[in-house]
Amino acid sequence: MRVGLFVPCYVDQFYPGAAIATLQLLEKLGVEVVYPKNQTCCGQPMANSGFEHLTGGCNRLFIDNFSGFDYIVSPSGSCVLHIREHLHDDKRPGEAKEISHKVWELTSFLTDVLKVQSLQARFPHKVGVHQSCHGQRGLHLSSMTELVAPSFSKPGSLLNMVKDLELIELERKDECCGFGGTFCVVEEAVSSKMGKDRVADHLKHGAEYITGADMSCLMHMEGILKRQGSKVRVLHIAEILNAE
Amino acid sequence: MDVATKDHAELAEIFNRDEERVDWHDETLWWIRAKRDKSVHQLPEWEALREAASNIKFNVLSNLNTYLEQFEAAAKANGIIIHWAADAQEHNEIVHRLLTENKVTQMVKSKSMLTEECHLNDYLATHGIEVIDSDLGERIVQLAGEAPSHIVLPCIHKKKEEIGDLFHMYLGTPSNMSDPQFLTETARGSLRETFLTRKVALTGVNFAIAETGEFVVCTNEGNADMGAHLADVHIACMGIEKLIPNREHLGVFLRLLTRSATGQPITTYSSHFSKPRAGQQMHIVLVDNGRSVQLGREDFRNSLKCIRCGACMNTCPVYRRSGGHSYHTAVAGPIGSILAPNLDMKKYADLPFASTLCGSCSNVCPVKIDIHDQLYKWRQVLVKEGYAPTSKKIAMQVMATTLASPTLYHAAGKMGRATIKYAPFAVNNKLNAWYKERDMPTPPKESFGEWYAKNKK
Ligand code: SF4
Repeated sequence: MRVGLFVPCYVDQFYPGAAIATLQLLEKLGVEVVYPKNQTCCGQPMANSGFEHLTGGCNRLFIDNFSGFDYIVSPSGSCVLHIREHLHDDKRPGEAKEISHKVWELTSFLTDVLKVQSLQARFPHKVGVHQSCHGQRGLHLSSMTELVAPSFSKPGSLLNMVKDLELIELERKDECCGFGGTFCVVEEAVSSKMGKDRVADHLKHGAEYITGADMSCLMHMEGILKRQGSKVRVLHIAEILNAE
Repeated sequence: MDVATKDHAELAEIFNRDEERVDWHDETLWWIRAKRDKSVHQLPEWEALREAASNIKFNVLSNLNTYLEQFEAAAKANGIIIHWAADAQEHNEIVHRLLTENKVTQMVKSKSMLTEECHLNDYLATHGIEVIDSDLGERIVQLAGEAPSHIVLPCIHKKKEEIGDLFHMYLGTPSNMSDPQFLTETARGSLRETFLTRKVALTGVNFAIAETGEFVVCTNEGNADMGAHLADVHIACMGIEKLIPNREHLGVFLRLLTRSATGQPITTYSSHFSKPRAGQQMHIVLVDNGRSVQLGREDFRNSLKCIRCGACMNTCPVYRRSGGHSYHTAVAGPIGSILAPNLDMKKYADLPFASTLCGSCSNVCPVKIDIHDQLYKWRQVLVKEGYAPTSKKIAMQVMATTLASPTLYHAAGKMGRATIKYAPFAVNNKLNAWYKERDMPTPPKESFGEWYAKNKK
């Protein structure tokens, strides 16, 4: 199985640790991983701002980099959702379609494709999970409180395989953190307030770490934690699943 | 083209200056959302009901002309007088004409978001007609000189102390009374007098049944009944999308509506009106006001399935923290942000951006409207039509160019990280909206790409 590693732009630039952990974790599980070095961004920041018509360049580049893999895996639910729903190229419609079917978010790739049953990781801390909306509601990584349906959580089931890790309960299981891409600056006031509230729920229940399957939401909450001078840290779920 | 009016972000910023109030607003609405969750989980068939409702409404929208004609014929046969209004202006004129014909200058009205959409109260006021809203929440915002901030809970933004002050000012209650029981009693007393003296009553319509020409009005206070039963003239105003084909479909919608809205199993009063009683006039005004235009927009047509339960507002994390008035349109929140640009793209170009696209609205919606996907699609339309600020257009163009080229991207990334590291003041300042309440990420010594090149190849 050959997997192309898709590292979103902001993870590449600001959170290389999340990408390294993703790579190492996949390799530990026996997967052959390749990182195409000319990749940049999925195009979501433009598309969600209403400029989908400017994403042609990103789409072409994405197809150039990721054609021919068995799977494409990424530590970011939001970017994966964008590729799944919006990747297109008028000149290469077939390739675009194939890629959008082959792209996976890391935790669901582990649970659904690799069917991981156990992990070697240990992380002796109290951890709060942030369910990022695009992953949860868009990619169905976990059940949502709105629906009358059985409850499940792919990230949660993986974290339960980590030794000595204690998952905390939250008052609002799946409230949005307010990041929302360019929303975080265009709607600064509401975005910050949502972030503060989200962080407060974790703090109230004793989290030492906040984790999730989407680094962008974590970056937003990290910004708030740091401003508050909090010792609580954010870690991408790959870093916990890969922790020794 | 830059949009000049105060937009959602600015109004939300003002609302957020009082953080305690935001917390209170958020918690009140979350409480209702939690109540809704509890009550829908009592029905194992909930998702099947949603699916059924969604399909019934699809059928209605696909055959709207037929159902409207069927409804008109059946209602006429029942002795109801039918009026058609192409837009808000025509709707207001029809209501005004009916009042003039009956020589009345006072009217009692039960809650109707359609009349809010048409600004009926203001219109009638300029023609010397006094309207009293009989829904308690609606009456409160009317006394305050405000618009409703929520389609089901019109005064959800007001604390009981503020309501006490309003009643003290306008209804002569003692000052500093905030006991809800007392306030409700007071409003009842004052409204009773209104009900007994008004000759004309206007109500909204929740569901109109094409098969039988009847309509149903749902209230928790019975105020629609009181008004309609005591008046000589009953005017019911409805958007043309309120139709359902048959009586049997009502069961689906009545079960969905109130559980979604407030978590109650059913509304206290679901009043069925089928014909005028002896000596009474009954009128129905069927209003288009942009609905057929929206029906013609393929990407947005199913927003017309909306039954106005308000669940999308209660669940919306942005609505809860920005308040209904920040949407500066009659129907606030996620669904309002889809409906409003249809009426006026320029004026409401900001609304589809007032969302994180979290998707909670679409999943809470009892008729399965793909709200967040439509918000995404409106963004594309609005930008294409030229309603994006110039600064944003330039930024997006630069971003697109940079991200389409690996060389430019790597250079920009290096520069960006260096800027944050060596000249944080360049990004950590007031002009950077991120930095107002959040710190920037600490730049790592190398990007993942750089790490990979060193360690893996
Ligand atoms: S869009 Fe759906 S959830 Fe929102 S008010 Fe309409 S029916 Fe209710």
